[in-house]
Amino acid sequence: MISSVLAVELAYWQQTTLRVIGGLVAILLPAGGLVYVYLFKMMSFMQSRLGPMEAGPYGSMQLLAEVGKFLQKEDIIPTKADRFVFLGAPFVVLLSTFLLLLVVPFGPDAWFVDLDTGIYFAMAVSSISVIGILMAGWGSSSKYSLLGGIRAAGQLIAYELPMILAVLGVVIQAGTLNMNEIVFAQANGEIFGWGGIGNPYIITQFVGFMLFLVAIQAELTQPPFDMPVAESELVAGYMTEYSGLRFLLFFIGEFATAGVFSAIAAVLFLGGWYVPFLAPEHNLYNVLGPLVLMAKIFGVAGLIFWFRFTYPRFREDQLQRLAWKFLIPIALVNIVATGVLKVVF
Amino acid sequence: MVVTCHTLHVGGFNCLSVRSLFVSDFLRSYLTVAIFGGVAVALVGVLLGLGSFLRPSKPNATKNMAYESGVDPVGDMWSQSNIRYYVFALLFVLFDVEAVFIFPWAQRLETYGYFGLVEMAIFIFILVLGLAYAWRKGMLKWV
Repeated sequence: MISSVLAVELAYWQQTTLRVIGGLVAILLPAGGLVYVYLFKMMSFMQSRLGPMEAGPYGSMQLLAEVGKFLQKEDIIPTKADRFVFLGAPFVVLLSTFLLLLVVPFGPDAWFVDLDTGIYFAMAVSSISVIGILMAGWGSSSKYSLLGGIRAAGQLIAYELPMILAVLGVVIQAGTLNMNEIVFAQANGEIFGWGGIGNPYIITQFVGFMLFLVAIQAELTQPPFDMPVAESELVAGYMTEYSGLRFLLFFIGEFATAGVFSAIAAVLFLGGWYVPFLAPEHNLYNVLGPLVLMAKIFGVAGLIFWFRFTYPRFREDQLQRLAWKFLIPIALVNIVATGVLKVVF
Repeated sequence: MVVTCHTLHVGGFNCLSVRSLFVSDFLRSYLTVAIFGGVAVALVGVLLGLGSFLRPSKPNATKNMAYESGVDPVGDMWSQSNIRYYVFALLFVLFDVEAVFIFPWAQRLETYGYFGLVEMAIFIFILVLGLAYAWRKGMLKWV
């Protein structure tokens, strides 16, 4: 990571310490940024209002004020709740988000863990959050929570399949599961023999990209897929009984996951840390790469939040129909088509 | 296992760090995964611990009751829920296991060529038959 930029050799524990600090920054910075830029400001402007303006210039310190507020709130645990399960749920949800971030490369050498199974590992750990959400729904011992938790589980498992199948198209094209090698495959790729801008897979895998965007929207339980937390039907779904800091942890988890999923989409479809006209082996990428990837994260997240603020909520039956009758068949056709094109050409 | 210093050039790591115990790159990366998992749990714990110094704690029976739109909760919370969710769970398991099979194929497709393509086409065809069967039987309908 840092070692090759500064040309110093670091022991394993030193590297790991740096990576952990980098990881905390890489997960909290986009999460905070997304909340401010999109949730506070873009949503407000779309609704013809200003949003937070008091805390700091243009309300930019609003998030810190919110954290300060939540820190002082009383921690209410329902008497009838299953204490262990209730208290454990936020840990599981945030654990899933953290492990998901691990495989995202921020530069040729600036990675957290260079797993050969890369994207496969990411798909595996992303489903841990289902367990956390079910724990929250079950442990709260509230009817709204239970309904919300079961709805969320049904939704998350239904949309995990289109997500996995959409990723498979990229894996076929790149011929590797390793995230960094997927970036290199895009950087060194050619479009009909012209390698000027590489071959970002959004061009050849456009169907896969759209499937992936829809699936992560559902995985994040954001509108139009927000039935698990539908405030007009279920109060706050599986989060109903959580107050103060524990609620904030779910909230952070949601936006951190939005950032990490955007990063994964950016790596798979937009070329990750690579920018055209600069060879991917260039050493500059260890500094430039994180900034480029951050810009792409905000680009993809912009799309996600735009959908969030624009579309009304689906009905529960429409949601399952969309996943099983439209997205999964399309994804299967996409896999076969990609395979045929890969072998024939 | 104790190995001498000059035999070790594991991924450019410093020799000092792995002197006493030989750990392969593969296991080492999963050690990093475990460390990150520990950090995530610790971060949540520290945040909640920090909050416990700042927040008030005045529990009472009414406040600790489960929320049910302002009235006293009725009946048992852990009641039976609708069976419609279980069919989707079964279908999910089916398709998830199948996705696990497709991943190694997708990675090595270039080597397998036409042989692999035909194999996977048959595999996906059988799978689509299963989905079509469930569809025909009305299992994908939200009843």
